[in-house]
Amino acid sequence: MPKVIKNVGCPYCGACCDDVEVTVSDDGKRVLEVKNVCAIGTQIFMHGGDHDGRIKLPRMRQPDGTMKDVSFKEAIDFTAKTLLKAKKPLMYGFGSTNCEGHAAAARVMERAGGCLDNCASICHGSSFLAIFDNGYPSCTLGEVKNRADVIVYWGSNPAHAHPRHMSRYAIFPRGFFTGKGHKSRTVIVIDPRFTDTGRVADYYLQVRQGHDYELFDAFRMVCHGHADDIPDVVANIPKETILEVAEVMKNARFCNFFYGMGLCHSDGRNHNIDIAISLTRDLNEFTKCTIMAMRGHYNITGPGAVWSWQFGFPYCLDLTKKTMVHMNPGETSSVDLAMRDEIDAFINIGTDAGAHFPIPAVQHLKKHPFITIDPSRNMASEISDLHVPVKICGVDDGGIVYRMDNVPIQYRKVVDAPAGVPSDEEFLDAVYERMVELEGEGFI
Amino acid sequence: MSDYIIKNGFVFDPLTGIKGDKKDIGIKDGKIVEASEVKGGKTIDASGKTVMAGGVDIHTHCVGPKVNVGRLMRPEDKLFRSRTKVGNTRVEMGFSVPSTFATGYAYARMGYSFLNEAAMPPLHAPHVHEEIRDTPIVDIAAMPVMGNNWFQLEYLKNRELENNAAYTAWLLNATKGFGIKCVNPGGTEAWGWGMNCTTIHDPVPYFDITPAEIVKGQMETNELLGLPHCLHVHPNNLGNPGNYTTTLDTLKLAEGIKPNNKFGRDVVLHNTHLQFHAYDGTTWADFESGSQKVMDYVNKHDNISFDVGFVTLDETTTMTADGPFEFHLNRLNNLKWANTDVELETAAGIVPYVYDKNIKVCDIQWAIGLELALLAKDHMRCHLTTDHPNAGPFTRYPRVIKWLMSKKARDDLLHSFKWSEKVIAATQLESMDRELSLYEIAEMTRAGPAKCMGISNLYGSLKEGTNANIAIYDINPEKMPKDPELIEKAFSETAYTFKDGVMVVENGVVIATTPKYTVWTDVKVKENAIVERDIHEKFAKYYSVGLENYKVFDEHMHNPRAIEVDATN
Amino acid sequence: MSTVTLTAKGTHELYLEAYNVTPDAFAGKTADEIAALECHEGNRKGKLGEYFDIDGNGGDTAADTQIIVKGDCKKIKRIGQQMTAGEIIVESDCDMYTAGWMKGGKVTVKGNVDSFCGIGMAGGEFIVEGNAQNYLGSAYRGDWRGMTGGLIHVKGNAGNDVATFMRGGKIIIDGDAFLHVCTHGEGGTVVIKGNVESRVGGQMVKGDIYVYGQIKYMMPGFKYVDDVEAEAVEGEKLTFAHYIGDLGERHSKRKGEIIYGNIYLKK
Repeated sequence: MPKVIKNVGCPYCGACCDDVEVTVSDDGKRVLEVKNVCAIGTQIFMHGGDHDGRIKLPRMRQPDGTMKDVSFKEAIDFTAKTLLKAKKPLMYGFGSTNCEGHAAAARVMERAGGCLDNCASICHGSSFLAIFDNGYPSCTLGEVKNRADVIVYWGSNPAHAHPRHMSRYAIFPRGFFTGKGHKSRTVIVIDPRFTDTGRVADYYLQVRQGHDYELFDAFRMVCHGHADDIPDVVANIPKETILEVAEVMKNARFCNFFYGMGLCHSDGRNHNIDIAISLTRDLNEFTKCTIMAMRGHYNITGPGAVWSWQFGFPYCLDLTKKTMVHMNPGETSSVDLAMRDEIDAFINIGTDAGAHFPIPAVQHLKKHPFITIDPSRNMASEISDLHVPVKICGVDDGGIVYRMDNVPIQYRKVVDAPAGVPSDEEFLDAVYERMVELEGEGFI
Repeated sequence: MSDYIIKNGFVFDPLTGIKGDKKDIGIKDGKIVEASEVKGGKTIDASGKTVMAGGVDIHTHCVGPKVNVGRLMRPEDKLFRSRTKVGNTRVEMGFSVPSTFATGYAYARMGYSFLNEAAMPPLHAPHVHEEIRDTPIVDIAAMPVMGNNWFQLEYLKNRELENNAAYTAWLLNATKGFGIKCVNPGGTEAWGWGMNCTTIHDPVPYFDITPAEIVKGQMETNELLGLPHCLHVHPNNLGNPGNYTTTLDTLKLAEGIKPNNKFGRDVVLHNTHLQFHAYDGTTWADFESGSQKVMDYVNKHDNISFDVGFVTLDETTTMTADGPFEFHLNRLNNLKWANTDVELETAAGIVPYVYDKNIKVCDIQWAIGLELALLAKDHMRCHLTTDHPNAGPFTRYPRVIKWLMSKKARDDLLHSFKWSEKVIAATQLESMDRELSLYEIAEMTRAGPAKCMGISNLYGSLKEGTNANIAIYDINPEKMPKDPELIEKAFSETAYTFKDGVMVVENGVVIATTPKYTVWTDVKVKENAIVERDIHEKFAKYYSVGLENYKVFDEHMHNPRAIEVDATN
Repeated sequence: MSTVTLTAKGTHELYLEAYNVTPDAFAGKTADEIAALECHEGNRKGKLGEYFDIDGNGGDTAADTQIIVKGDCKKIKRIGQQMTAGEIIVESDCDMYTAGWMKGGKVTVKGNVDSFCGIGMAGGEFIVEGNAQNYLGSAYRGDWRGMTGGLIHVKGNAGNDVATFMRGGKIIIDGDAFLHVCTHGEGGTVVIKGNVESRVGGQMVKGDIYVYGQIKYMMPGFKYVDDVEAEAVEGEKLTFAHYIGDLGERHSKRKGEIIYGNIYLKK
């Protein structure tokens, strides 16, 4: 009899829907059907389990350039030796790893004396810079659902990137103080492109690409009593529109800004978020206002949480001194390290640096040992010296993940991974033990 | 595991009434035993040293989501300010909000063995337990915050105490929590709309209940269940001049309420970080100490206790579930501000703060903390905290002990202030000659908190049969040092710390870690269909997380040590 | 004054962190003792002597010590970090954190410097004859206390984020700067003799910015008030259009007057 598992968390985006129902086969090896999931989440569930499409053994590059299956023991040994030999190894990724994996990775890289970074580095890392400088007045998604009557999506397009975000949390749900759902909310979308999210907006502001910072400044001028001094047009938005929308925000009962990569990766990057935080603070003089980053992967918030409690920094950690940790994005961030050719060994885990990094960065990385730890083939795995397959967190491995609002969600294992395939945590713990052994034997 | 005899130390153990007698202590199989029972164990020469039970911190923000936001948002708290790692430990980072590893090691170096995390947002419980796993050596309990919880606001408004008790028991179980924490009752819910409750009679928006009704109802709930700890309250109107009246109003709510528990607890209300609630004056300009007025009341009423929340005059990071307070503080100092409102439950705010000794208000706050402890008549009910990291980092406890034990130390500092005359005029500290004894320090730092939390059979005592959590300080009560700095030094780094019978610190250096425990309260109550229905309804309609995913999974609970309470009658 | 001459051997494969190359660390030490000072190449702890030829002894104090660094320092970080006195002259380019958190003395770089140079500076003088990359005279991540004193003079161009969270001191850039000058500024003076792209004085509370060239996009929060004559650099009295702002930011009052940040744009 196929079995139905309820209350399953979805391993796709940062909205972390935890109401998924998964039907699994008799033998517990395949997902047969999923409910309450978007199209993208569905595909991830279908990839999990024990089937022919899964890579079941590590693959090591041979002198002739081909890949050959090797045992996990060999993979562990190769990884441990690579880390111990390197003067400045980098481990990067973790968007699709559970927090147990993040903790295990931290222990390995502290011992190895290397750099440790996660996908935020090329994503919402600029939000971290803004949080460092200006704080983060935020709330959980349930607060938005129950209270918020003005929703601003700025440089984010949940209709495509977080498919159930609007229906579960932000626009359509009926909450305690928002019993009329969509009707009780005003939606403002600010984006240089008219997106599908823009279609549900009451106000759509087509901000000039790269000039969001100026528009925020204008909104802040309203809050600080300088509405009269606003120029006639700011960032392509007429003054009257700015004044009108500012009044909507000020007169909200509860206003929330959701912002995405459109804001944190256009010119000025962290400063756009920084001034958004300032505006949020200003609006709290008039009403209640909060702000939230639309984090991408389902557990990209996780490494930021785990490494903050272990080291005090969410990303871009330089553990090379072994006795203390240094962090300074711009220097210790993965792309900068790679572009400047600062490192001499690379481990890509739970992401695809091959696809996401600039080509010159990948070229530098490729000069040195290059390892990929990931359930699937991707561009990084195909140029690696070693590719280690692992369990898919959220499908064939459980664990804690952090939703975009920093709420921990406990994920469940729904199917069995192919026999012998370890989780990220199990593999990294084995690498750690091997490093201890090798150091004891006087390796290096 | 080795057995030990700790020989010839001066033992201070208020729970067994030992006041500095020379006494040998045995450790066998991780427990404290009569010294004669140890055969062939190692001997620790404690002559000329002070022996106490492992320290017990009744109120510290050491793990959890807001602590972690504090770490995340303050890279500068690590810059040139972290301890360089020695030995085979994990890296220790951070000054005012240390990393989990730094926290565990630093507490162990100070001789502590038990911490009570003072504010766990229930929705974030799995996060709290992850951090507990990564905090080495010390055992930790965490109190779920409930003073603004929608279930409780509704039950208490309708005076449904049994339902409230059943829900409380369910929540402790779901979050693996320890006791009832109440922060700015009603005010934090009001903050959901950007408002606050600053007196105990301000109605909570929509819910139409007052802070007074919440506090009283929660006290009654606590005693109905017979929990080990009493209600742990952070009253309304924290940090404002003249707030001592709100504090007295809150304390008076305990009049007539009697403790009901099998854990040896005598109090029904614990007012945390009283220093922040003992302010007189009307503005920051005429701000002055209200400690005498508060302590006159506290000394006369033996069913209440408090911890101080000493200001240590450092650059630190304030963090509290009192969301409106942090917004207010941010508007005063204009530094960065983080906030997290948690659906149906609570909120949190975080703002860095510099307690600058050149600022009069900071110095008066410093003095108020010390006055409270020096005015106290019963130190079993007056506990040492800094509301870590709000009034200062916990690593300053030894400095606080120095000020409490040495008039010279505090007078030297008081007279070095830029505005010392104004500070002296606004406080009574200069006229106070009292110097606390090591016995009183032991009451404040282990015996008192353990008794108040109902865990004195497990922690805070050197009774035979309890876990061998022991701190040995290099200080000789018969030859107390003339230089107060030596007091601070002795309490900063123990000569030895034992945790569950394992020597974890030797000469101030962490040499080992042990399995550590998560302490929680497992309350059995009668089945209650109404509460079950209410829980299902609220999760179906208002929470953003499913009920089955809200409850902490067993595999995310690390080394549980459950305190059993049977409230089925 | 004693002079210690360091010549980089070029033996480092990766970047070298030479945080001990300061008059403070060299003072009172012989050449051999200096050679034994610690540095880091990745996770390998090394000694300065492995990476530099060292000639000459340090003076009695930092103030009595001059360091001349020769050879290619393009991949050497942290020269002059946290120095309090004395002098360093680097004859080539050098990398990040040069003169970082400097409290006193003087650092001269004959070539270019990378990012985060002069970061958190509290005093002293830092001269760059070439260009500087991003975050010149800025604050460390999260710190609201950026540059508080001293002088930075870059004779070429600077990148983004000059003088973030500046609270005191002076920065002069003879060439251009790009995005973000004096963001969150609360004091101090920045003089840019070339052009700036945009976001000059965003979220600025207090302080003065002089621009001799063009600002391509002016922040909406800055408002023209009057023309003034001023001497941004000694001996250069010029007429400027005076703007106040950022009107979207908080400002304090002194004697009833609101204190704004100022941009002076050369006429």
